[in-house]
Amino acid sequence: MALLEIRNVVRRFASFTAVDGVSLSIEVGEFFTLLGPSGCGKTTLLRMIAGFDAPDEGDLLLDGQSLRGIPPEQRPIHTVFQSYALFPHLTVAENVAFPLRMAKVVPDEIRRRVQEALASVHLLEKQKHLPHELSGGQKQRVALARGLVNRPRLLLLDEPLGALDAKLREDMQMELINLQKTVGVTFIFVTHSQAEALALSHRIAVMNQGRVEQLDEPSRLYGFPRNRFVADFIGKINMLDATVTAVAADRLLLEVAGVGAVSAPLKAGVQSGQTGVFAVRPEQVQLLAEHADAPAAANEVRGRILDFLYIGDVTTYLVQLSDGTRLEALLPNSAPGRAKFFEAGDPVILRWSAEVGVFLHE
Amino acid sequence: MRRSAVLWSVSLAVYAFLYLPLVVVVVYSFNDSRLNAEWVGFTLHWYRVLFSDDEMLGAGANSLLIAFVSATFATLLGTMAGIAMHRFRLRALPLLVITPVAMPEILLGVSLLIFFVQVLNFTLGLFSVLIAHITFCVGFVAIVVRARLAGMDESIFEAARDLGATPWQTFRRVTFPLILPGVIAGALMAFTLSIDDFVITFFTAGVGVHTLPLQIYSMIKIAVTPEVNAVSTLLMTLTLGLIILASRFAPDALKGAA
Ligand SMILES: Nc1ncnc2c1ncn2[C@@H]1O[C@H](COP(=O)(O)OP(=O)(O)OP(=O)(O)O)[C@@H](O)[C@H]1O
Ligand SMILES: [Mg+2]
Repeated sequence: MALLEIRNVVRRFASFTAVDGVSLSIEVGEFFTLLGPSGCGKTTLLRMIAGFDAPDEGDLLLDGQSLRGIPPEQRPIHTVFQSYALFPHLTVAENVAFPLRMAKVVPDEIRRRVQEALASVHLLEKQKHLPHELSGGQKQRVALARGLVNRPRLLLLDEPLGALDAKLREDMQMELINLQKTVGVTFIFVTHSQAEALALSHRIAVMNQGRVEQLDEPSRLYGFPRNRFVADFIGKINMLDATVTAVAADRLLLEVAGVGAVSAPLKAGVQSGQTGVFAVRPEQVQLLAEHADAPAAANEVRGRILDFLYIGDVTTYLVQLSDGTRLEALLPNSAPGRAKFFEAGDPVILRWSAEVGVFLHE
Repeated sequence: MRRSAVLWSVSLAVYAFLYLPLVVVVVYSFNDSRLNAEWVGFTLHWYRVLFSDDEMLGAGANSLLIAFVSATFATLLGTMAGIAMHRFRLRALPLLVITPVAMPEILLGVSLLIFFVQVLNFTLGLFSVLIAHITFCVGFVAIVVRARLAGMDESIFEAARDLGATPWQTFRRVTFPLILPGVIAGALMAFTLSIDDFVITFFTAGVGVHTLPLQIYSMIKIAVTPEVNAVSTLLMTLTLGLIILASRFAPDALKGAA
C-alpha cells in the first residue's frame, strides 16, 4: 500500500482552480518531487497534505486512512517551510526539541535525540544560539533537524533551498540526499528548479496549472517527455514542427519542417498523419564541419553557425538552417584551453541518431 | 546651515515652553515657602505634609487600585482584541476597538455618564470609573499587541501546529512569548493612562470616589499649594518611569500607537 495517496484532489479559490484533479501515490522511503512553474499549485497541494487547507473535492489517504478532518498537529507529517519558520524566541536546541516536547517525550530522551539530530546536520556547536544569529544555510539545517527529529512518516519541503546561493544550494542538495537515505523518512519536495528536481528525486511529478502533466523518474522525464510543456520545462530541447508520414515496425517516419525526412523512435499511440513537434536535445545533436565528400546520412541537415555561447564545460552552438529554422547543438570542451570548434558563419552538418529525439503529438 | 540653526532654536523654544512649567512644579515642591513666588530654600516639608494628608492618601490609594484593576482587565481584553484584529482581517473590529482611543475624552466621559446614569441606572462610583477606564485603555493595548504581531512571520504559527502543538499550545508556547513585550508595554501604558486620567474620571466618578487627579483639581480651586506641587511631582515621576519602561519593551509598537 502506498504511504500517501492523493485521490482526485481539487482546490478552488473563488472561481480560480489552484489544484485541478491531482492523483498521486507516494511510496514509503521515496524522495518525491513536485516540480512546476510559479503558481501551478505546488504549495496549495502541500498545504492540504500538511492539514492547513482542505480539498474541495477528492481525498488524501495516509496508510489507507483518510486525512479528512484531522488537524495538522495530529498528522505524522512535518513541514520544512521556505522561510524556515524557526521560533525566534527559542534557541536552536529548543527549536529542535519543540516537536518532541509536544509529543510528550521524556526529558532525557528529548536531550539525547536533539543532540543526535543536531549532530546529523553539523550544528552541535550552535545549539545555544538564537535563530537570528545563524546564516541562511544554518537556519535551513535547523529547520531540517526540527522536521526530522520526531521521525514523521512524511516530510514536506516547500522550496527549502530557494533562499540559498548557488554554491550553498549544491552542498545542501548533497546533504539532503544523504540525510534522506540515513533517516529513511519519505520526502515530498517542492521546487520550480528542474535541475534540482532531476538531481534529488526518485520520482518527479511535473505540474502545470493545477494538473500533473507527467509523473516519472528523472531520466525518463528528461529522455521521454510526454508533451510540449514537459519537454520545454525540463532541460533545453529543440522543437520542430513535424508530421508523421509512416509508422514502421521499429520506428516512426516524420516530415520535419526545415529538415525533411527524419526517423524517430516509436511511440505508443502515434498514428500516421498526426501533426506535432519533433523534439531533440542539444547534446544529442552531433555537429560536424561540412566538407564535400561527407557521406549523406539519415537524420541529417546542413546549416550555418549563427552564434555560440561558451559556458565553461560546454559550448552551445546556434545553427540556422536554409529555411531559417534554428537548432541548438552542444559540444563539450574536453580539450584544455578549447573554447570553441567553430566560428560564426561556418557551414556545418547536424546529425543525430534514429534512437534519439521524440515525437510529441499536439 | 542657517536653516537648521533656525529649526533648532525654534524647536528648543517649543520644548522649553512645554517643559518649563513642569520644571517649575518640581522645583517649587522643594521650596521652603508657602508661596509659589520666590525660592527660599530646600525642604522636604511638603512631602511630609502630603504623606500625612489622609484625604490625599485615600485618593492615591484609589488611583493605584483603579489603575491596577483597569490595566489588568484592559490588558486581558486588549490582548485578545489585538490578536483578533490581526488574525481576522475584519474592517469593523479595528474601528470599534480604536475609536475610544481617538475620540475626544470629554465626549467619551459625557457619553459614559449618560449611559451609566440614564440607561443603566447605576450609582456612580468605583465600579463606573473602572468600567470607563477599561473602555478607553483596551484600544491602546490592542494597538500595541497588534503592531507586535504585524511584524511576524505567519508561518511560525503554522509551523507550531505542524510540529504537533494544539491551538492552545501554539498560543502558550509561541504566540504569547512573542507578543509578551507588547503585552507588558500595553499594560504599562494602560496603567499610566488610568492613573493620570482626569476628564473621564471626573464624569464617571460621582461623589463616591476620589482619585489623585480629582483631588488635585479640587485643591487648586482654592490655591496652588506646594503640597499640590509635591503630589504632581510624584505623579509625574511615576508616569514618566512607566512610559520609559513601556518604550523599552516595545519601542516600535509605541511608535505605531502615537
Ligand atoms: N488563499 C488563497 N486565496 C486565493 N488564491 C490563492 C490562495 N492560495 C493560493 N492561491 C492561488 O493559487 C495558485 C497556486 O498557488 P500556489 O501557492 O500553490 O503556487 P506554487 O506552485 O506554490 O507557486 P510558487 O512556486 O510561486 O510558490 C496561485 O495562482 C495563487 O494565487
Ligand atoms: Mg509555493
